[in-house]
Amino acid sequence: MSAPPGSQITPPDERRQKFDAAAFAKKYLIFLILLAFVALLSVMTKGTFLQVENLNNVVVQSAPIGIIALGMMLAIITKGIDLSVGATVALAAVVASSLAQISNGIGAMYPGLVLPVIVPVLVGLVVGAMVGFVNGFLVAKFHIAPFIATLGMMTAARGLALIYTDGRPVSRLASGFNYLGQGSLLSIPVPIWLFAICAAITYVILRRTRFGRHVYAIGGNEQAARVSGINISRVQIGIYTLIGLLAGLAGIILAGRIGSGNPQLGTGIELDAITAAVIGGTSFNGGVGTVWGTIVGALILGIINNGLDLMNVSPFMQMVVKGVIIVLAIIMDERKNR
Amino acid sequence: MADEFLLRMEGISKLFPGVVALDGVDLEVRPGTVHALTGENGAGKSTLMKVLIGMYQEDSGTITFEGKQVKIPDTKTGLGLGISMIHQELSYVPELTVAENIYLGREPRGKLGLVSHEQMSNDAKALFERWGIKINPNEQMKHLSVAQAQMVEIAKAISFDSRLIIMDEPTSAMTEHEVEHLYAMIAQLKDNGVSVIYITHKLDEVFKISDYVTVFRDGKLVKMLPAAELDRNKLINLMVGRELTHLFPKEHAEIGEVVLEVKNLNRGELVQDVSFELRRGEILGLAGLMGAGRTEVLETVFGIMKAESGEIVVDGKTRKITQPKDAIAANIGLLTEDRKQTGIMGVLSVRDNMIVAALPKYSPKGMLQPKRIDDACEAQRKALAVKTPSLNQLIENLSGGNQQKVLISRWLLTLPEILMIDEPTRGVDVGAKSEIHRLMSMLAQQNKAILMVSSEMPEVLGMSDRILVMHEGRITGELSREDATQEKIMQLATGTTQEA
Repeated sequence: MSAPPGSQITPPDERRQKFDAAAFAKKYLIFLILLAFVALLSVMTKGTFLQVENLNNVVVQSAPIGIIALGMMLAIITKGIDLSVGATVALAAVVASSLAQISNGIGAMYPGLVLPVIVPVLVGLVVGAMVGFVNGFLVAKFHIAPFIATLGMMTAARGLALIYTDGRPVSRLASGFNYLGQGSLLSIPVPIWLFAICAAITYVILRRTRFGRHVYAIGGNEQAARVSGINISRVQIGIYTLIGLLAGLAGIILAGRIGSGNPQLGTGIELDAITAAVIGGTSFNGGVGTVWGTIVGALILGIINNGLDLMNVSPFMQMVVKGVIIVLAIIMDERKNR
Repeated sequence: MADEFLLRMEGISKLFPGVVALDGVDLEVRPGTVHALTGENGAGKSTLMKVLIGMYQEDSGTITFEGKQVKIPDTKTGLGLGISMIHQELSYVPELTVAENIYLGREPRGKLGLVSHEQMSNDAKALFERWGIKINPNEQMKHLSVAQAQMVEIAKAISFDSRLIIMDEPTSAMTEHEVEHLYAMIAQLKDNGVSVIYITHKLDEVFKISDYVTVFRDGKLVKMLPAAELDRNKLINLMVGRELTHLFPKEHAEIGEVVLEVKNLNRGELVQDVSFELRRGEILGLAGLMGAGRTEVLETVFGIMKAESGEIVVDGKTRKITQPKDAIAANIGLLTEDRKQTGIMGVLSVRDNMIVAALPKYSPKGMLQPKRIDDACEAQRKALAVKTPSLNQLIENLSGGNQQKVLISRWLLTLPEILMIDEPTRGVDVGAKSEIHRLMSMLAQQNKAILMVSSEMPEVLGMSDRILVMHEGRITGELSREDATQEKIMQLATGTTQEA
């Protein structure tokens, strides 16, 4: 379209980069840290950590957090955040559970109602997506800071979950529903499958779709993105709706795992999800974040929890350790940006 | 202090990962002189100054200040020695007052060790009076214009009793009048024995105010010599290291039918009853002083700001443009004025920055076509000679001129018929500047229509087929290429009633 405009220009710098150990270490730092943790724990637990059963356990524990962290990463890339995911988990879990109860059981919310398992699952996802949509709508159309909008939703959605269940857990769920949290397929636990599928889809969205490029562009420079013709509102609504959907799925998995939809489910999970995304290199300055990083971030978090359990570190001490790790992750992120 | 130099920097080298930013550079500054520092973007001027004020640490070399060899490990040490710098990108606290900003971190204390606002305000007032600055020290910083904020920064630098003040392109956002004031202040500084290092791209400035000139190229010192021994062509040659035939090579292009018609556009104070036509193959210059409403006209046409009334007709069809997306759909592109604020997405790659506005064309049904995107971006990189190791490079690592080229590519990839360019070469080095001008000519020859806002008179005069001049939100006159002179433009731009 435009011919070369200059003969006086020195040719672009085409130097081939030689292998640079420092650059390599920086790029794959997160994987190296993961390996280091695995090695450390393997030694310290004398191999218990490395047993397949335990590793499965780690990933299953990490799956709901990881699924939410994928969405959280999208929000953070655009300099947003979603504090309401924990409450969304609860709301989706109790609504889905109420439709998945064994209908003639004691304490059934809808006695006599028999539905195929797919219905409570879909309803749970829709509930999650609706919560997310409202978040996105508040952020996009009323220009409320995501922190504030989702803080409000965090309280409101939790309240709705409590109202819906009268504050009681919704138990005695159909085995087909529990399968999502407890079952295995090809000897791999279902939550791991679901985590993998969510990660793959998020990867494709971020790397291969226009929407994904828009997410990065908004995080890179919102004003420039707007000038470039990007409909910021639509992308924001999309992001928060997707987070809600993922939180809804996490709620279903968690309910299935314990066989009960508890309105207190998911309390504090927003912080774990933020931690996982940030450990994985997602930058609060916007524009930076990857699916791989977030997966690894979630796994590192899971490994730390598991490892500390295996080493009989008290749960209180575990909180301190996690807190320190969050801050360290942020410090590393800041230094990388120098 | 037997030294005839206030400052001597010798053999300064500074390495950044993969780049030699400074390669054994010397710099000598005499007391009470203005020393212009010039050279293409990325030549190392700013880096050397950051070493001098203690923001960066040199990897080798020595600094001698007032006859003593010094180490400057941080900016506080630099200030203590009497070296202060006014950065190109101003950094102030917008919510605080002017006086509070000047005395930030060294507030005068009153009783009980609390900050004395009264004294601070009085000190600032005295400082302003002495230097003829007409700004209320109790005004909140955020209410000041860019040029006023610049004045405050200069006053702040002076208030440190500095022996050496570094100014990094201080006039880039100033009006003629403010520039004159600044020059007067610099003269006064010289009389007081203060030296000024003045980084600039504007050649006129070099000749107007400087006693000595140092030219940098690719991290090396090219030449340091008295300004009196230089002329424009010689200086340009030193800067680019090559003969430049034309600074503004607007080439002939066939002017065709009207492609954009703006009728009675209104938007607040700065866009009042604006009407004009733009033809294919034409470069229409929009001239005027800072704050005349030129940028606002572009932004209103482009849908960044909503028009209150008026009509925009593209290719004979009235278009409803309420957001940039609509403008892009009407084949309009807008290269904005402020590269950092509304242009580059710093942490994203060159590729992502190039393709962002054209994504709909490269992602049918929302799915990207990576191969096509790569090919298109690579073609742009070659065509515009963007200097980057790869398309994966983060755009923030490129020099200003190359960033600007990437942003031009961003719009070319949308295949616009109308390209609006706000300050096409602000903060861009001489070499890239002439490339951008040639590119604009070429686009005109390809039948595109270009609407250009520029504050640089030679650019307006050299590039435009026709010039519209704005004053206080209104178009005050139109000049043909043949008729246009600096004086006529100035008259219209200042609202002088006399017919131009």
